[in-house]
Amino acid sequence: MNWAEFFYMGGRGVYVWGAYGVTFLVFAIEIALVRHKRSLTLRQVRELREAGE
Amino acid sequence: MTARQKRLMYIIAGLVGLSMAVGLVLYALKSNVSLYFTPTQVFNKEAPQGRSFRIGGLVEAGSVVRDQGGLSVRFRITDTQKSLTVVYKGILPDLFKEGKGVVAQGKMEADGMMHADEVLAKHDENYMPPEAADAIKRAEAAKAAASGVPVAK
Amino acid sequence: MAINWFKYSAPSTFYGLAGKLIPWFALPAAVLFVIGLYIGFFIAPTDAVQGEAYRIIFIHVPASILSMFLYLIMAGYAALGLIFNTRLSSMMASAIAPTGALFAFISLWTGALWGKPMWGAWWVWDARLTSELILLFLYFGFISLHASIDDPRRADRAAALLAVVGSVNVPIIYFSVKWWNTLHQGSTIKFTGTSMHVAMQQAMFITLVACWLYAIAVALTRVRSIILERERHTKWVADLAEVKA
Repeated sequence: MNWAEFFYMGGRGVYVWGAYGVTFLVFAIEIALVRHKRSLTLRQVRELREAGE
Repeated sequence: MTARQKRLMYIIAGLVGLSMAVGLVLYALKSNVSLYFTPTQVFNKEAPQGRSFRIGGLVEAGSVVRDQGGLSVRFRITDTQKSLTVVYKGILPDLFKEGKGVVAQGKMEADGMMHADEVLAKHDENYMPPEAADAIKRAEAAKAAASGVPVAK
Repeated sequence: MAINWFKYSAPSTFYGLAGKLIPWFALPAAVLFVIGLYIGFFIAPTDAVQGEAYRIIFIHVPASILSMFLYLIMAGYAALGLIFNTRLSSMMASAIAPTGALFAFISLWTGALWGKPMWGAWWVWDARLTSELILLFLYFGFISLHASIDDPRRADRAAALLAVVGSVNVPIIYFSVKWWNTLHQGSTIKFTGTSMHVAMQQAMFITLVACWLYAIAVALTRVRSIILERERHTKWVADLAEVKA
């Protein structure tokens, strides 16, 4: 199988790659959000600790 | 009774109540929850009269007639008991094939045929390579030949 | 062997345990996605009826399974929190909800992209599709109800009730294709086995495990933030190395 054929997916490329593309895009978004939330929370907790001292 | 037991009881009561409610709703809606009617149901007048509904079954083998030049197509939907003619003008899905599942939406007209404005293909949950599918077909044909009954398809 | 399980039901100890576990789920998830999709796209044969389009199944079925199981796990944790008043279980329920919603969305999205070329429609209001959509709304309901109540313990209780009550929808999704006439085909994976070619089965099983590991890794990361947030006034949080730094 060559690459052009692979991406063509028997004429269903748009559907197959649309499905996988969006899936891994939302995975990437979720990972970014979860990590962002972690750094945000850590910062808040640090500020709280400094304020308390 | 402790507060914890009381809470547990409320939850169980709530769950039982809700599942009963859902069960009843579904029972009441029974005919509407199903996506389509079978040809037998249509013959028994269980399908709505005078308005659009869906009918589902298999495309009867050898029944597909395409209009010369036009996009119009005519075929029979069967549930192996009864069958019904459907007229449709439009593009059929790729999986539309004789002997395979189909769901058509439209109205029954005075000519006794369903004039469909949408035809959807229904496939099954079996996935296999073409060689395996061919092998199964050959085995079925051999079995049918041995028992003397002709196969549809 | 004596493991004190109750020790880990305390948010302070679970926070550390989760932190150690996350890489052990995240890395295998990435590796298994690659292996599963490699088998799915390069080794699994073309389908006799559907051609190449069926390859959407390697994400569609795992996502659908996850969306249902994560709901049950979320509802289970929520119920534990409701009955035994354990803080950690309510936090776990909140941590799982967004990932469950994400998998329900993926299930619907990939289903639409599969339905269009095969059935001829992006969407039909059949029982299977509609009940999966209701599942997505239940996740949204859980998340927004929890967010709408300021007091976290009260929010836990209200959202838990919704989660537990909504769990009746899960068996409805699974059995919908048996109970009613639907456009959606029957289940490929049944209690009695699968109706699939071996390489297809392997690919789907591997991506399913990958999805599980992914979901666990993300939920554990999320629950650590929730723990920190809710316990921010305690001494153990102030004493954490990452907080002191």
